[in-house]
Amino acid sequence: MPNTATQTEVRELTFAEAIREALAEEMRRDPRVCILGEDVAEAGTPFKVLSGLVEEFGKQRVMDTPISEPGFTGIGVGAAMTGLRPVVDIMFGDFLTLIMDQIVNQAAKIHYMSGGTWKVPMVLRTTMGASRRSAAQHSQSLHAWPSHIPGLKVVLPSTPYDAKGLLKSAIRDDNPVIFFEDKMMYRLKGPVPTEEYTIPLGVADIKREGSDITLVATSSMVQVALGAAKMLEESGISAEVIDPRTMWPLDEKTLIESAKKTSHVIVIDEGYYRYGVTAEIASVIAEGAFYNLDGPVKRIGAMHVPIPFSPPLEDATIPSEQQVAEAARELCGK
Amino acid sequence: MSTATQRPQSNAAASLQLSKDQLLRMYHRMYSIRQFEEHANDLYLRALMPGLTHLYEGEEAVAVGICEALRPDDYITSTHRGHGHCLAKGAKPDRMFAELLGKEAGYCRGKGGSMHIADPATGNLGANAIVGGSTGIATGAAFAAKQLGNGRVCVCFFGEGALGQGVLYEVMNMAQLWKLPVIYTCENNMYNEYTHYSETTAGEVLARPAAFGIPAESVDGQDVRAVNAVASRMIARARAGEGPSFLLCNTYRYRGHHVGDINREYYRAKQEEQRWSTERDPIKLFADWLIQQKLSGSAELERIQSEVDAEMKAAVEFAIASPYPPINQVDQDVYA
Repeated sequence: MPNTATQTEVRELTFAEAIREALAEEMRRDPRVCILGEDVAEAGTPFKVLSGLVEEFGKQRVMDTPISEPGFTGIGVGAAMTGLRPVVDIMFGDFLTLIMDQIVNQAAKIHYMSGGTWKVPMVLRTTMGASRRSAAQHSQSLHAWPSHIPGLKVVLPSTPYDAKGLLKSAIRDDNPVIFFEDKMMYRLKGPVPTEEYTIPLGVADIKREGSDITLVATSSMVQVALGAAKMLEESGISAEVIDPRTMWPLDEKTLIESAKKTSHVIVIDEGYYRYGVTAEIASVIAEGAFYNLDGPVKRIGAMHVPIPFSPPLEDATIPSEQQVAEAARELCGK
Repeated sequence: MSTATQRPQSNAAASLQLSKDQLLRMYHRMYSIRQFEEHANDLYLRALMPGLTHLYEGEEAVAVGICEALRPDDYITSTHRGHGHCLAKGAKPDRMFAELLGKEAGYCRGKGGSMHIADPATGNLGANAIVGGSTGIATGAAFAAKQLGNGRVCVCFFGEGALGQGVLYEVMNMAQLWKLPVIYTCENNMYNEYTHYSETTAGEVLARPAAFGIPAESVDGQDVRAVNAVASRMIARARAGEGPSFLLCNTYRYRGHHVGDINREYYRAKQEEQRWSTERDPIKLFADWLIQQKLSGSAELERIQSEVDAEMKAAVEFAIASPYPPINQVDQDVYA
């Protein structure tokens, strides 16, 4: 966070407002930035994240597309190669399944396959996260998929401040960047300075300092980890909460240093536990801090089931503060 | 000979007035593609080329007729059968052969190979090894050209196999909605790999773009002047801001799906192959016309042939003698 004691004015913005402000600032700064997606113009997306942008920038730069995710993502790739900096909007992260060829075979590989001659400076914004009672095809957190692919960068902001700074960096990046926004966080409020700033991709943020255990958490799980940390404080356990902010590039150094300091680590993520990003992060920490660890690196992720519709069932699939706190107490022997 | 549709095809009668220089350049390029592919096949047979490649022989008039109508700064996207498109758009054979052999001097520093040759200098957005995979990219390039107002157009080459890919119809829909300067060029060589297209393609091909309101024509893809004439009209239309077109080029793939596809009798007859190569060869048809019209003579065409033969021979030697990329380049260019 910036030093609030300086002249910089800080307001409270929602996560959605911070994203909209990042887009508006970048579109004012660079006429090559444009938005493509379903219901992005007058509707401002079903989540109203983009409300007002078409009024300022016009339909040429905020373009409603047909319901053709592979088609308009491919158009984004080609436009990025030839002089624009498109921000492609994929309404639900579940629809990554529809565009895997465009992002995995095309966007991710064009720079490498062409021997470094073509570039794809494109941002693909999409959503993640369960608990909206939207059932199995509108609730998944599939960020492990693009994280597996060389050539892509993957961003998961957890606060309005991070969302704005990271999105601005993503738009200025010369690579395809997949930007995941948790649908349940759009109304989350947080301080955002009026003064312009960016946050580099690949730098983790320590959301809470602690000495007994490291809770590595992504996206909405940062709030869960912070809630658990408060509960742990009452049990006399000092938890450090670290948000890697980008799955790739991954700030391995900050994660390993914290693990070396606390000797206990839990990794919490809303994606599937099996073969998920928790496995990769745990492995990085285990390799980098093995001799300083007092126990195995514990992982908590979504249950290995399609997300169910029924509320009590759905809630059971997602990591909770209690679950994290219990696991932490067990790991610390308290 | 089968034709792709029952509709009348555009023919060379509609040909524009091409200068003698242009006509001879077109001959030069068609002959270059033929020789390039002969050498590529030879490199495969001599086990000098890693992997496989897909040869364009028989289809030369399509790439050359269309690219002759483009500006140097216009864009193309290409396919797994892409050598002809690259050469027709102006790529140099020495760097292409180097790419085919995985050498550092190649267009992609050896990282792409035959199926991924790309070259910003000639507007080549890249060959694509996913069937229909470049249709989005081509439409995106046309989208950017329109947004930036730079007057460029994009030709999207694809084979008739790509008619089976849904993304083609998604982008044609958007191209027509937004009046994008893109020419969808379907090279119907009649075989989706090892299957005749009639087994995979329902209805009439031209009815598909027509359903979006996209002007669509078919042309004899063995007649380079006819291809050039109809492509010129479509390109002029796109440049004038009137939107996309669809060009169906009826042509034939002389060789197999790839260089290793030698025994083809189970999917097509030798007589059919012979008929196309003897009666419908695009280079021979064009040479005969040039001579008949007294625009050139056999001596002049032979001189072009020997020039090309020497250039190709030198290009192959250059590629063979070129070094592989150093191993430390393996993780370079993953990110820009």
